[in-house]
Amino acid sequence: MAIQTRTEESFTPAMRTEALEDILTERGLVDPKVLAGLIKNFEENVGPMNGARVVARAWVDPEFRARLLADATAASAELGYKGAQGECIVALENTDRVHHVVVCTLCSCYPWPLLGLPPGWYKDPAYRARVVREPRTVLAEFGLTLGAGVEVRVWDSTAEVRYLVLPQRPAGTEGLTEEELAALVTRDAMVGIASVAAPRR
Amino acid sequence: MDGVHDLGGMQNMGAVQLPEPNEPVFHEPWEARIFAIGALCQSRLTGANLDAFRFAIDRTPPDEYLALPYYNRWLRMAETLLTETGVLAPGAIDARVRRRLGERVAEPPAPEPNKPDYKATGPGSLRQVDDPPRFAAGQRVRTVDLQTSGHTRLPRYVRRREGVVDRVQPAMVLPDTNAHFIAENPQHVYSVRFDSTELWGPEAERFTTCVDLYESYLEAV
Repeated sequence: MAIQTRTEESFTPAMRTEALEDILTERGLVDPKVLAGLIKNFEENVGPMNGARVVARAWVDPEFRARLLADATAASAELGYKGAQGECIVALENTDRVHHVVVCTLCSCYPWPLLGLPPGWYKDPAYRARVVREPRTVLAEFGLTLGAGVEVRVWDSTAEVRYLVLPQRPAGTEGLTEEELAALVTRDAMVGIASVAAPRR
Repeated sequence: MDGVHDLGGMQNMGAVQLPEPNEPVFHEPWEARIFAIGALCQSRLTGANLDAFRFAIDRTPPDEYLALPYYNRWLRMAETLLTETGVLAPGAIDARVRRRLGERVAEPPAPEPNKPDYKATGPGSLRQVDDPPRFAAGQRVRTVDLQTSGHTRLPRYVRRREGVVDRVQPAMVLPDTNAHFIAENPQHVYSVRFDSTELWGPEAERFTTCVDLYESYLEAV
């Protein structure tokens, strides 16, 4: 196997990326406009607001919830969410007795169509190393303390299955519309390191 | 490959990084640019596939993997795939950095293209497999002692361990052979549930971990 050649330590990733783009553009291999389009899509259209709509729909529509738990790939596609890193999506429902939390110990696999690109904490080596060994301690560090009676299930995304945690609907949200509910759902709750907080009054 | 990327269960890693309020998708312009270049590096620019892409990320030098920003791994991946497939000469990026800094260095000429002669049999990673799954939900299985310097998605921390099939997932292309352009070799995939005590001993916190494992990683108990 090829050993990576060392690079000049003073050359930052930013300098090297600019140099690489320079070479590839000069040779006609990439088009800066295509790059800009890809970037814009992930900055504006693909993100946790998509997953939040799926969760809110599941909270208000029991039939959708059943379809989501049976086949989350198809249920997400009903709302228009599909594509790369979403070929096979599985929804995991949190309850009073079971709490799910998702990781990718080998890289940073994540359900892009529903949650966008992963946040820093999800890609960080400490999270990836520790959540499969001491999840209760890790969740407490994030501020989520689970009762001793709650069973913790960790899901390591080592193949092409991508997981979405369906968080518990907070109490006191009976009168909210689907849209108002979606606004409460956070990215961190859909990965399983947080719960969804009731709205402030 | 038992590389730095295979992090599950490593100790002495310090506190987790707490979520950053209103975290932007990309922190700096170069992160966005290398994300987009990296996305094009797969298939279109290099003929490489998703598994070759992951194996290139896995080969990031370990000190850089742990210390530099996440997207540095994408830069390393792009450089690895582009040089291995003959799009870019070794050293071409550093030479271009020097020229941009005003140094008068020669840049290596573009090499002979060396793209893999390999075609995916379908879109994505899911495939149909005619043989029925060897294992069923609820069945006890044991992971094999897989040792390789190539790509694999069997993490170290679940090798030679017993668990229970939680559910059978769709069949998928086997990363171990696909990453090296040998064959897609699609297999059934199983979410296998391991008790924390099986993985980490009797003093471990009580929980279970489900890991998605390809059929050839498993044997019946």
